Amino acid sequence: MKARGVLAQARAETALGLRRGESLVVTIGIPVGVLLFFGRVQTIAVDGDPLDFLVPGVLALAVMSSAMVSLGIATGFDRRYGVLKRLGSTPLTRSGLLAAKTLYVLAIETIQLSVLIGVALLLGWRAGGGIPLAFLFLLIGTIAFAGLGLLLAGTLRAEANLAVANGLYLALLFLGGMAYPLTKLPSAIRSLAELLPAAALAESVRGALDSPIDVPVKSVVVLVVWAILLPVLAAKLFRWEE
Amino acid sequence: MPTTMPEPLTSAIRVRGLKKQYGSRNAVNGIDLEIGVGEVFGILGPNGAGKTTTVEILEGYRKPDSGTVKVLGLDPWGQGDALKPRIGVMLQSGGLSPGLKPLETLRLYAAFYQSPDEPNRLLDLVGLNDSAQTPIRRLSGGQYQRLSLALALIGRPEVLFLDEPTAGMDPRARATTWEIIQALSERGVTIVLTTHNLAEAETLCGRIAIIDRGCVVAEGSPGELTGSVLRPETVFTSIAGLNLDPLRSSLAVNAEMCRETLDGTYVVEAPTSTQLVREVLDFLSAFDAPLFSLATGQATLEDVFLQLTEETP
Repeated sequence: MKARGVLAQARAETALGLRRGESLVVTIGIPVGVLLFFGRVQTIAVDGDPLDFLVPGVLALAVMSSAMVSLGIATGFDRRYGVLKRLGSTPLTRSGLLAAKTLYVLAIETIQLSVLIGVALLLGWRAGGGIPLAFLFLLIGTIAFAGLGLLLAGTLRAEANLAVANGLYLALLFLGGMAYPLTKLPSAIRSLAELLPAAALAESVRGALDSPIDVPVKSVVVLVVWAILLPVLAAKLFRWEE
Repeated sequence: MPTTMPEPLTSAIRVRGLKKQYGSRNAVNGIDLEIGVGEVFGILGPNGAGKTTTVEILEGYRKPDSGTVKVLGLDPWGQGDALKPRIGVMLQSGGLSPGLKPLETLRLYAAFYQSPDEPNRLLDLVGLNDSAQTPIRRLSGGQYQRLSLALALIGRPEVLFLDEPTAGMDPRARATTWEIIQALSERGVTIVLTTHNLAEAETLCGRIAIIDRGCVVAEGSPGELTGSVLRPETVFTSIAGLNLDPLRSSLAVNAEMCRETLDGTYVVEAPTSTQLVREVLDFLSAFDAPLFSLATGQATLEDVFLQLTEETP
């Protein structure tokens, strides 16, 4: 695996990602919008400062949008257009391509987190607790959601993948304890939501940023299980040609 | 790095007893090929004959069920990492990101290879200078194919696989592509060309294999292949609607063997002898009709192709 090729591929992926307006809406626009709207308009009562609830939620939302939606949709169309097949006859190996796509997601996440944390600080948010721990959870969440995005991208037709990824994004935004607390949901839905990766990520990050740090063990376990299961499934079921 | 000296290569590609099944269907059913270094080798055959499967096995995309495959002495499936830097591939369609630009894509691919060609030189070669910064989604079909060709060349390949390279190209782009292929071949690049364009195969290929139902049904130079099919026939053109009866009786042939196929195009199913030419001239002068052209109706590659390959049910 040659680093030069991987870096060039990562740069191309990032350039393409930044050129896709609809992708920027999902990765930057919606998380910032959620933060601004729910941060300024206090629609739902939470204990304590609403920003302490919201900021971890939008960080989780950002990870979900880049690792699952943006990566997944781009990869689905790479597959549709034969880009994956064409790359398959170059010296860029599959692990090289995966490394490039990882770098792409990390680059987009760096932009997302900088913007979101910047906006949060402007709104008066002060980071508490374990910032490194929060980043660790965001990284595990990235692995889980990238696995999910690639699983969809490698098994569904490009249009179906587009619809499912966006639909899941919306569903998990509602069921993810990101914009409002899970306690607002009916208990049956809530117990289901707690087993999904979105709420597990949001709750883990929220616990890490609490002062004092108060990590919900169940959420972390759920998150780690998804982060193992989804990439393994993606690797097993991914088809390189549509 | 290889620990032993590689054996000297007489052939760039060697295939023995290649088989590949999809479900119960034999896509490739025992193919042997020997392609020399610097050769332009054509693979022809009807759709579904096993061409693409064969070529994709050579490119390392598919694993053969049985048989041996060596490209530059390497097994494309097992030694793909060693082989891929040395081959170039032009897919029949697709392969490029619509959001990238031609120059950008060439620079990207250049980064995958140890000593790549110069992206701008290749854009120039395929005549895409003016579109270097046009998003690929806005290229015409022919421009897209030319960019695909340039990308296949970026790694300075020793073996080049071209699948329907001129499909969708205008005549000028096709002529340019043919020149590029001939120039590469002269520099010792081995070229495997899959095509439906029989004139293309006849023009470019030193040797051709016709594949049907997973087997090689004929192999040889275009001359050998067309020579193997006998079609002694003479074609001449004049004004339309001549009464052929005098010619038929002087040649002692029936109406079936001497007929007008198109307005003004006449076919005589007989070798072009001086005797026959004399009879044709006598026939025409009796009518005071001009002779526009007279040609030996040699079998074309198309005749060979149609005769050897069965119609797919």
